[in-house]
Amino acid sequence: MIGFLIRRILAIIPILLGVSLIVFVMLRMIPGDPAALMAGEDARPEVLQSLREQWGLNEPLPNQYLVFLRNMFQGDLGKSIRSGRPAIEEIGDRYLNTVLLATLSLVMALSVGLFAGIISGTRPYSLFDNASMLVALFGVSTPAFWLGLMLMWLFAVELAWFPAVGAGGIQSLILPSITLGAVVAATIARQTRSSVLEVMRQDYVRTARSKGVPENTVIMKHVLKNAMIPVVTLAGVLFGTMLGGSIIVETVFAYPGLGKLLIDSISSRDYPVVQALIMTYALVFAIINLAVDLSYTYLDPRIRYE
Amino acid sequence: MGESVQTIQTVHIRQIGEASLIFHRFKRNKLGVAGTVALTLFILLALLAPYVAPKDPLAADLSNNLTPPSEGYPLGRDELGRDILSRIIYGARISLTVGLISVGIAALIGVPLGAASGYRGGWVDSLVMRSMDVLLSFPSILLAIVVVAALGPGLTNAMIAIGVALVPVYARLTRGMVLYVKELDFVEAARMVGARGSRILFRHIMPNCLAPIIVQSTLNIASAILSAAALGFLGLGAQPPTPEWGVMLSKGRTYLRVAPHVSIFPGIAIMLTVLAFNLVGDGIRDALDPRMV
Repeated sequence: MIGFLIRRILAIIPILLGVSLIVFVMLRMIPGDPAALMAGEDARPEVLQSLREQWGLNEPLPNQYLVFLRNMFQGDLGKSIRSGRPAIEEIGDRYLNTVLLATLSLVMALSVGLFAGIISGTRPYSLFDNASMLVALFGVSTPAFWLGLMLMWLFAVELAWFPAVGAGGIQSLILPSITLGAVVAATIARQTRSSVLEVMRQDYVRTARSKGVPENTVIMKHVLKNAMIPVVTLAGVLFGTMLGGSIIVETVFAYPGLGKLLIDSISSRDYPVVQALIMTYALVFAIINLAVDLSYTYLDPRIRYE
Repeated sequence: MGESVQTIQTVHIRQIGEASLIFHRFKRNKLGVAGTVALTLFILLALLAPYVAPKDPLAADLSNNLTPPSEGYPLGRDELGRDILSRIIYGARISLTVGLISVGIAALIGVPLGAASGYRGGWVDSLVMRSMDVLLSFPSILLAIVVVAALGPGLTNAMIAIGVALVPVYARLTRGMVLYVKELDFVEAARMVGARGSRILFRHIMPNCLAPIIVQSTLNIASAILSAAALGFLGLGAQPPTPEWGVMLSKGRTYLRVAPHVSIFPGIAIMLTVLAFNLVGDGIRDALDPRMV
């Protein structure tokens, strides 16, 4: 297990190297002088020169990449053009807001999605099943930014229950979390239902029933635990979807998280912050995938890692 | 992945003569049929946009901006007084085109990569799959945003970005299919009679990988349309005054308080189109693989 953990953590390194290469190439693909891109359009020549030296921009491309890597490992991802502060600090300021948003959305999505999925799966073709699967079908087809706008219109403009934009306490988190969680809840509900249906057909469920185990115990102990395996895999993938979705939802609600920072930085051509954000996203995503892999062992003892 | 392998198993055992059976099964799926009808309607609207759109989608009339639905303007007018219904009909052209082209780009790059990876194995496989792992280390919309950030905003770049973001999906799917099909008896038989490697790959293996690729493509078009609208909304995709649904919504956000109708209808158009593709995709998948029904 420890060996697996170490190997799995080591496997993150080539992925991050690959991402860093993409980021590096991307910055070089943008037309114009990279130093001018990093320093902003109206930077003084001395500033440009010192940047060129710091990032080795006068050297051949492979060397530049090595300098880029070295700076990155030292936690130096460049300075924000807009604020002049280190990009990493800009990220630090917003990080918690996105984590809060993502966590609350995931909790909502899991509670609603699992509830609907389990009831639908254990009572297939019932009224509840048909109704919730229809809602879920619409849920996976609805663009998050539109759902966000509609919730904003209904609950912030018309009913004035929640603030329309910004961050400030739990109140301002509700609408963005529902928006971000809705698609995820719909996907989880659909996956849980089909997973529960599949497990209910298994021999061990029939065995449990025929030896007189009460139905509730069968569902709780035998069905749900086994049905959760594909759902957990999906939850890992969905966390990635949520990180992506948060970019859009944060823009809709002007919520000061990483996603809004990314879009603002792209539109103001603040490339140091953009590259720092991309590296952060890749790291977070890799760690989540690792956590998902590890959670299988808990759910399915048949899966053992060397 | 397990699901797609299952699909091919059933598909290749029954051969082409069974196409009518698959069609018959699809016809019994009410949601799938509803999706097909809706999709046909959307495609017709897109193709015939100049004939069916009641107004010019770009004709501004500032004296009548933001007016709610009224006679002659069933969905109201936008911030420049343009007819929202006509803009939505023209928007269907853009969204369907973006969906098809970006999925086409993804398939054209991803399928050969996956086929080479699965068929050749060895270092080709490692190289391709590790590169795909890197691309998959981003959520697809983030990857698309990153590519657009590098290439610059615009509809063409958005299509490229969405296509690139979908490449790993095709590479992985095709690789898995090729790995499975190349071990089957008829491939072995072809190899025994001395068929060349390229002939085995193109004549024997690839045709048997098509079904899951088609199902995946239908579902991918749905997600590509969503991504394109999202990029448009973020200001990274199509640019105003293009009547693109995401762009229309980003304008609507500004006027949510005074004119919610500007935001309501483009969103419904996106939702219905995506829903139609999802229904058709699910329908084909279930028809190919009756075990799931």
